[in-house]
Amino acid sequence: MSKKVEHNIKAYGNNFTTMTPGPFAIKLRTCKIWQFIRFIIINIKMLVVVRKSH
Amino acid sequence: MARLVVLGGGVSGHTAATFAAKWLGSAHEVVVVTPNAKWNWIPSNIWVGVGEMSKEEVTFDLAPVYAKAGINYKQAKAVSINPEGSELVNKPFVTIEYTLAGREGMTENIEYDYLINATGPKLNFGATPGLGDANGLGEFTVSVCTADHAVHANEEFQKSIQKMKKGERQKFLIGTGHGLCTCQGAAFEYIFNIEHELNKAGVRDMADIKWISNESFLGDFGVGGLHMKSMGFAVSSKIFAESLFTERNVDWIIGAHVNKVEKGKVHYELLSGEMGEEEFDFSMLIPPFAGVGLKAYAKDGTDITATVFAPNGFMKVDANYAAGAYENWKASDWPKTYQNPTYGNMFACGIAFAPPHPISKPMSSPNGTPINPTPPRTGMPSGIIGKAVAHSICDRILQGENAPLHEASMAHMGAACVASAGKGIFDGTAAAMTIYPVVPDFDKYPGTGRDTDYTFGEIGLAGHWIKHILHHLFIWKAKLKAGWTLIPE
Ligand SMILES: Cc1cc2nc3c(=O)[nH]c(=O)nc-3n(C[C@H](O)[C@H](O)[C@H](O)COP(=O)(O)OP(=O)(O)OC[C@H]3O[C@@H](n4cnc5c(N)ncnc54)[C@H](O)[C@@H]3O)c2cc1C
Repeated sequence: MSKKVEHNIKAYGNNFTTMTPGPFAIKLRTCKIWQFIRFIIINIKMLVVVRKSH
Repeated sequence: MARLVVLGGGVSGHTAATFAAKWLGSAHEVVVVTPNAKWNWIPSNIWVGVGEMSKEEVTFDLAPVYAKAGINYKQAKAVSINPEGSELVNKPFVTIEYTLAGREGMTENIEYDYLINATGPKLNFGATPGLGDANGLGEFTVSVCTADHAVHANEEFQKSIQKMKKGERQKFLIGTGHGLCTCQGAAFEYIFNIEHELNKAGVRDMADIKWISNESFLGDFGVGGLHMKSMGFAVSSKIFAESLFTERNVDWIIGAHVNKVEKGKVHYELLSGEMGEEEFDFSMLIPPFAGVGLKAYAKDGTDITATVFAPNGFMKVDANYAAGAYENWKASDWPKTYQNPTYGNMFACGIAFAPPHPISKPMSSPNGTPINPTPPRTGMPSGIIGKAVAHSICDRILQGENAPLHEASMAHMGAACVASAGKGIFDGTAAAMTIYPVVPDFDKYPGTGRDTDYTFGEIGLAGHWIKHILHHLFIWKAKLKAGWTLIPE
């Protein structure tokens, strides 16, 4: 998986200087348990910003 | 009895009108003038545009909601404002033209004590030849700016999928259709939803997907980019955006002013001055925004549109319009109360207020063509500003005309944005972001202009769940169902 994303990089093209996620980072994006934890954390972070903005 | 007239029943105007009706009760009157019969949760148009939602899921009828709220609803568009009245009428009034079936074209003058202009943007397709004309969308590209546009976009998208299934390669070009567009976030969502759907349809390998935008760097989003804390670093949104584009194998052209659209081809000019062409089979380009073209007249009938509105058609408010060059910009240039400086009983909120200047640094090509994003006024600020303006007006009606005005500066306000990157309850993703403040304050937060403790972003399934929940939550709120006031803007 990580190799596949790296394969999208084109030497000296637009995307040559960016970072690409590895297989673990990509897996975590849709890992239900991890994302449930992130769901709670992101909601808290957003609520803090919403509170600060009203 | 005082009368508040709200022009525009979109995100900002609907928020203002519904809160005002609740706070004022039946002792005073709230009138909403808006041309559509239906309210549209615009962010979910992205999903309509890829066939993941129907038009019915993102819209609902306004009439029963306004009847429940005790709001006098006029399905019409405002044409002009007479803030001093006229030689025949002493009170200020707006002239409206009905769009309601059976009364189309009929006009009426509505007197007001207070006026809120929340008419949002005119989708200015006519600014780019071939993108459309003054009446709307052209024949070569699609749009997701309205629910109907999104339905059409999906029809064209499905045709492309069918072609790919038959072995015909397709080129997708998504982004902004002019050098002075805003709303890059919507195009960003659409390109990744397209990519996600092509994967689901099993035809991703038959598609070349390209981004074209007026941003000077990927991830500018019209807010000059943002720095987010990640792994102990303050990382620019450029890195995150480029990373996502690379991961999804989407190429990009940036710093581009699309100056002409033809069948299957756009012409553009780059910030370097270089001219280019890009072919496409399917293209969604966001049009530039302008004010909706309201006119204003003095008591004697003199045209005072230039006094009330900025040249781009948005209404002047308490902003500093004389800030000058980028180097002189201050967070304090941004309006706080949204009161018109000439007529104190007139306010503008949401996209309808004239910003003092862009947020992203202004740039132009060596040929003198300006190419930079104009400032976004996304859903959360539009809602918060609408509510603050309603609060100010209600206080003035209930407590007297010297009641202090409520403030909601975008330089002291954050925004929570969830940009969908593909829909799916277990395989969807979205970039969840907060930005604080929306307008960078380089005096208060040297370097990045923002408080990195409250500016963050990450992509994942959790973001998609939030986006999906927000869809239902905001439609619930807009329908004024139980507990609607508890749901924040
Ligand atoms: C495709 C898309 C996706 C988006 N996604 C997001 C997102 O995920 N998150 C986010 O925060 N923001 C998003 N936005 C931006 C968000 O939709 C706007 O910030 C918001 O709608 C602005 O609110 P508004 O009330 O100023 O304008 P609008 O919501 O556009 O409302 C303006 C209203 O005024 C009415 N009107 C027009 N002319 C007249 C007239 N002459 N007289 C009376 N009424 C008139 C219009 O019909 C409309 O009802 C998105 C925008 C688009 C186009």
